[in-house]
Amino acid sequence: MKIVYFAWVREQIGCDAETAPDGVSTVAEMLVMLRARGGGHAAALADESRLRFALDQLMVKSDAKLGHAQELAIFPPVTGG
Amino acid sequence: MIEARVQTARFDAGAAMDALAGTGAGAVASFIGIVRADGDIAYPDRRVTALELEQYPAMTEAALRGLAQTATARFALSGAIVIHRIGRLEAGEPIVLAAAAAPHRAHALDACAFLIDRLKTGAPFWKKQHFADGSAKWVEAKDSDEARAAGWQ
Repeated sequence: MKIVYFAWVREQIGCDAETAPDGVSTVAEMLVMLRARGGGHAAALADESRLRFALDQLMVKSDAKLGHAQELAIFPPVTGG
Repeated sequence: MIEARVQTARFDAGAAMDALAGTGAGAVASFIGIVRADGDIAYPDRRVTALELEQYPAMTEAALRGLAQTATARFALSGAIVIHRIGRLEAGEPIVLAAAAAPHRAHALDACAFLIDRLKTGAPFWKKQHFADGSAKWVEAKDSDEARAAGWQ
């Protein structure tokens, strides 16, 4: 699975996409795994209330199961319009 | 008729209105969002010179199309157009167009408000403000926008 980042999440982590670790079942579990990398990951992903998620381009909550999704997106609340 | 687009170039609002009028509607309504120079309410002393619009390319057009389809079903529209610009936009430039055509004005006007309220909380765009002093800051999402979008449940 691929993980993509946008806006300040992308800037703090320092890349716009990376390969997800295996053996993770939910979005929330993925956050725990990614934070453990420390540095920009830990800083950007520290506060879940400031993050939003999409699985295969559909918005989901952090308890969503990853299932067979190809792409997880992690980003701040949207500010378009 | 549904049209949903993401583009860097300016959009032709007149052409969009003409296209909607051509759907046989009795009413066409539109909303255009403009880059504001007074920008972030958290920094009233900092003038915004430009916005940088970032998107999630794989998701944006589908999200805008989904919004237009939902509005069409909910307000019995004969047409809906949503166009959102990305890239660097100077103060005073148009960012977004939401327009709707319906048999009567109430549905056209309500559909426009619905489209822009839902777009602001559901479409994957992010704005970075560039200030006159050279600093830059990502725009924070507003609770008032969440409340307006939730009001359409």
